[in-house]
Amino acid sequence: MTEQGKSCNWALEINDLTVAYNSKPALWDVDLRVPEGVLLAIVGPNGAGKSTLIKATLDLIPRAAGSIRIYGKPYRQARNLVGYVPQRGSVDWDFPTSVLDVTMMGLYGKIGWFKRPGKKERELAMSALEQVGIAHLAHRQISQLSGGQQQRTFLARALVQDAQVYFMDEPFAAVDAVTERAIVNILKELRERGKTVIVVHHDLQTVRDYFDWVALLNVEMVAVGTVYEAFTNDNLRKTYGGRIAGIGAASGAIDVTSTRDSAEYAEVGDAV
Amino acid sequence: MQQLFLDPLRFEFMQRAMLAAMLVGIISGVMGTYVVTRGMAFFGDALAHSVLPGVAAVFITGNTAPGALLLGGLVAGVLSALGIGILSQGRRLGEDTAIGIVFAGMLALGIALISSTRSYAVDLAHILIGNIQAVQGEDIVLMLIAGGAVLLFVVALYKELLVISFDPTLAKNLHLPAEGLRLALLVALAVTVVIGVQVAGVALVSALLVTPAATARFFAKRLHVMMIVAAFLGALSGVGGMYLSWHLSIAPSAAIVLLATGLFILAFLFSPRGGFIPSLLGRNSDIV
Repeated sequence: MTEQGKSCNWALEINDLTVAYNSKPALWDVDLRVPEGVLLAIVGPNGAGKSTLIKATLDLIPRAAGSIRIYGKPYRQARNLVGYVPQRGSVDWDFPTSVLDVTMMGLYGKIGWFKRPGKKERELAMSALEQVGIAHLAHRQISQLSGGQQQRTFLARALVQDAQVYFMDEPFAAVDAVTERAIVNILKELRERGKTVIVVHHDLQTVRDYFDWVALLNVEMVAVGTVYEAFTNDNLRKTYGGRIAGIGAASGAIDVTSTRDSAEYAEVGDAV
Repeated sequence: MQQLFLDPLRFEFMQRAMLAAMLVGIISGVMGTYVVTRGMAFFGDALAHSVLPGVAAVFITGNTAPGALLLGGLVAGVLSALGIGILSQGRRLGEDTAIGIVFAGMLALGIALISSTRSYAVDLAHILIGNIQAVQGEDIVLMLIAGGAVLLFVVALYKELLVISFDPTLAKNLHLPAEGLRLALLVALAVTVVIGVQVAGVALVSALLVTPAATARFFAKRLHVMMIVAAFLGALSGVGGMYLSWHLSIAPSAAIVLLATGLFILAFLFSPRGGFIPSLLGRNSDIV
């Protein structure tokens, strides 16, 4: 906002990012600049490329074009500034491992090859688990967790990474109200500590309450900015209305989803 | 009673066989933990069949040097593991398709090689069901070296292998070479399978990987505990199976696998955590 002059002050800077699955663009020429210390929601209809945006940023899927910078450095040199909370469904929750073990995995990059996590790592993990309110479950096998507890475990694992920029993929998906409030509190705490958090979000109703920045995405970036500036009726209509020109190949997918999301949009239309 | 235990041990070949069965049981138990938790049972079975051409090539050249069979199998197994790993990289081929292609091709090559010899049926039977009583001292030394290397690999890279098994995405985020580690794990599995083929044969070796580890899963909340339990169950099945085979005059590999299967059924029925009968009675303790 005020620091826009100095480009190295962006916590995250994405330029001209394009990702294609089998020659069909999932993201088209996306730019995104996020200043330090904000909570940013990425919203958009199903198939808009929200998760793809995060995965391409973190080098988890190949990019057709585009550059990623974290605090002015290319992503490869800034990996340890970045924490990632994947979608809950991305792992096997029946795996024989404990909540504490999973949390400590966030530290494996720092421990180094061949070494074991020791007392210091256990203490760090325990304090992260306390922060997310499930320290009492530390020794429980992960198969015995509820959905909300699984999400908190993933969050604790990201917290121990002590990153500067966090990427979270649908952390609020199918969690109970108590967990949702707990996650929001953690997000706000992270912001107070100067961290930047980028969240794929699906609930338009809560964008205003939870976030201060928003990115409206539908294959192309429709609008980015403070919630006040960017989260407008007009931009929402552009994002969810299916009125996307210029990328014929992708418009089919968008048409299908736009009808499904129109109900959601209608509700928000009132809220806005 | 004492006689039951001491009787088979009068023979040196039985002592060697028991030692071999125990070693293979331990190593397969540990590696089987990855097979079960990563859902690679089909891979283990396929790998066992793909060592056939290597073993067969040694067989038909008449090379009787100790360890020659092991080495031949190892070459074929590692090549197959790497082949499957490379074919299934990216999204071009599903892993099960890659496995199916490599496995059937290698098996056919092995059969083709063996069928060119005169003692076709006998040789094939030995390779398929194992020939543990023919294990020599030198074979045991080789098993110790190869198995020791596999165990060292698992111990040294325990936490890295844990991450790539549980959450490969995090492994990439942590800057770990996830793809390289996966290939290394496949090679270690190939080594394990080749050691096991001598004991259990091509047809049954995957049971040594899958069954004890699957049983251990009923008793272990964490991966390393599961490894220890699986190794113990593998060794128990190996030694116990040799006794069964001696007293009942049945094929050793079959006896070992039947014992392992029996232990699995017991755990499946009665385990307090997730067992079938406790869950019928509504007494599963795993909710706590």
